[in-house]
Amino acid sequence: MAFARSRQALAVAGVLGLALGVAACGTGDDKNSSNAGSAECGAYEKYDGHDGKKVTVYSSIREIEDERLQQSWKEFEDCTGIEIDHEGSGEFEAQLPVRVDGGNAPDLAFIPQPGLLKRFVDSGKLKPVGADTKAMAEQNYSADWLKYSTVNGQLYGAPLGSNVKSFVWYSPTTFKEKGWTVPATWDDMIKLSDQIAASGTKPWCAGIESGDATGWPATDWIEDVLLRTGGPEVYDKWTTHEIPFNDPQVADALNRAGTILKNEKYVNGGFGGVKSIATTSFQEAGTPITAGKCALHRQASFYANQWPEGTRVAEDGDVFAFYFPAIDPSKGKPVLGGGEFVAAFADRPEVQVVQTYLASGEFANSRAKIGDWVSANKKLDLNNVPNPVDKLSVGILQDEKTVFRFDGSDLMPAAVGAGTFWKGMVAWINGKDTTTVLNDIEGSWK
Amino acid sequence: MTTATPTVGVGAQATEPTTRGARVRKRLNSRTATLVSIVIAVLWTIPTFGLFISSLRPENEIKTTGWWTFFTNPQITLENYQEVLFSSGSSGQLASYFINSLAITIPSVLFPLAFASLAAYALAWMNFKGRDWVYIGIFALQIVPLQMALVPLLRFFSTGVSIAGVQILPAWDLVDEQKFAQVWFAHTCFALPFAVFLLHNFISQLPGDLMEAARVDGATHPKIFRTIVLPLIMPALAAFGIFQFLWVWNDLLVALIFAGGGDETAPLTVRLAELAGTRGNEWQRLTAGAFVSIVVPLIVFLSLQRFFVRGLLAGSVKG
Repeated sequence: MAFARSRQALAVAGVLGLALGVAACGTGDDKNSSNAGSAECGAYEKYDGHDGKKVTVYSSIREIEDERLQQSWKEFEDCTGIEIDHEGSGEFEAQLPVRVDGGNAPDLAFIPQPGLLKRFVDSGKLKPVGADTKAMAEQNYSADWLKYSTVNGQLYGAPLGSNVKSFVWYSPTTFKEKGWTVPATWDDMIKLSDQIAASGTKPWCAGIESGDATGWPATDWIEDVLLRTGGPEVYDKWTTHEIPFNDPQVADALNRAGTILKNEKYVNGGFGGVKSIATTSFQEAGTPITAGKCALHRQASFYANQWPEGTRVAEDGDVFAFYFPAIDPSKGKPVLGGGEFVAAFADRPEVQVVQTYLASGEFANSRAKIGDWVSANKKLDLNNVPNPVDKLSVGILQDEKTVFRFDGSDLMPAAVGAGTFWKGMVAWINGKDTTTVLNDIEGSWK
Repeated sequence: MTTATPTVGVGAQATEPTTRGARVRKRLNSRTATLVSIVIAVLWTIPTFGLFISSLRPENEIKTTGWWTFFTNPQITLENYQEVLFSSGSSGQLASYFINSLAITIPSVLFPLAFASLAAYALAWMNFKGRDWVYIGIFALQIVPLQMALVPLLRFFSTGVSIAGVQILPAWDLVDEQKFAQVWFAHTCFALPFAVFLLHNFISQLPGDLMEAARVDGATHPKIFRTIVLPLIMPALAAFGIFQFLWVWNDLLVALIFAGGGDETAPLTVRLAELAGTRGNEWQRLTAGAFVSIVVPLIVFLSLQRFFVRGLLAGSVKG
């Protein structure tokens, strides 16, 4: 009985609690005022006038990178009095549409897929950038970048962080020991691979397992190769479906990638045969390099964080990356990459101010100084980038000869770019022939 | 195993009480059956056991070799636990999310229990017009998938309800900690149909003589509910409480949408999902994180298990 009484009391208390909780909404919260006027705040004067306002930001950036992001705009917050409330989630891509449809959209979202950005524009949810943001973005980013966030002639956001995907990871120590040299052309790279294969080590290691997203590392491979065999014009036509997915030029690229990825003599160092690529997780795929069981691993700049603890990432360290060489260097330097765009769901003045700030050189340098970050921002000073791989990436992004193209699978409709393309690549690795795979993907693109 | 076995025996009693029930019970008590259940139990425990071993191994070992190599090359460290529980910065501090989880779970268990037991009593023992239709309606609501209600419910919180341009209910406009109310509300909504159904089955099977005797003595409905029904349905309440507790504690979807990922309201599950980092490079933390989050449900289950078994049994033999 006593037990029953207390249970009942708890239940009643609970009901009252709910009522109170609902009634308690709408309390005002006071903000600490800004300390504008001090010396280091001079750079932020143009953003003044929004003291006490709050801007919510939603992105897929979390953990340590989230911490660094918040640290990078701390000074801006202190000086202007605008509070930036950042929330990162691993389910960002799935959650954002739910929140937007539910009327609970964040003020700003860092969207890594131009395809998703376009979807929100088409449904009328996104606000075009203000004049200040537009001027800032055009001043700091190349047209190559801005075209990915431009829909129907309107700019919907400036890029933020970027990554360079055209990298091959290797071990400078091993290369030095064995007398191998970093290849400058595709042919050199194949010669080197043969040389390594002849020495008894499988030269390449790869892994495309990544949970629900299994297959994406292979799509990057194909895109990177197509950018080299077909050139940027063909690549653009392919991502926009002006030429079919199974165009002969795409088949060429796939076959050329196959000369490495489906070559039993070349792969899969440290893991087994060709098929082991499909079951090796992308996080672990490069680790045989540190054990000397594999020599080359093509993966983006962000792979720098995946090495086991204690691995020194530097030009003369345990591991480093070189640019995935072009087939014909005279045609320029094709670079495949990704990045996120700062898109706004609200057009309140303080939101636009934050959007402008995030496109500025001050933000890029402030964030870069903290480490592990790359941006295509032209104002980014190379000396502010501490990490050697990031320095290399920024160097490539700022290079005049660079022809930058965004990761194609992020540009295609999600059903293809994040669906059949991924699955097709898994089937391809598992032995399906090039033509069938490409026909299947083309058939799914409606 | 223990919960399932007697139910089978009891269910078979319906036609031939003693002989058949006894036969089933005897068959399930044989040596082979015991052996099979032990094998199943061991097989089911292996993954958890492997995870536990992994959580005690150093990061490099976890990432390069399987947990079974632990037996040939034992290396023990508490670093993973240290990292997820106490490390500074945003990488750890599961401790504070623990509180959020409790703040979400406890009310989300008590509200449906309170509402559902009252509703179940009314539907079972109060005569009013259309009672059966109301009950069938609630029962039918169980088939509505939770996912279908997410966007409408979110819109209900953020913009309120308006019909033909007339605002009927205002937006809730909750910020920070107030968002707990949204999660409670959502969990309560989603739990009620099943809770009402389950408790109604219990309450309607209580002997009618008991109620009549009480009414003759002058007891009102609240009095009957408080002094007769509540103590008798305790096992059912506990059984449903455990179900609901485990469901809410392990829930990621509802929390993610209605509580958001901010550190004021996000529960353990949301935190666990982020623990591995933007590119998943710190996934060794998940081993220890998983074990930290298991502790509370384990305690709840073990301490209330007695009621749980009784609750299941009571449902099938009463009448």
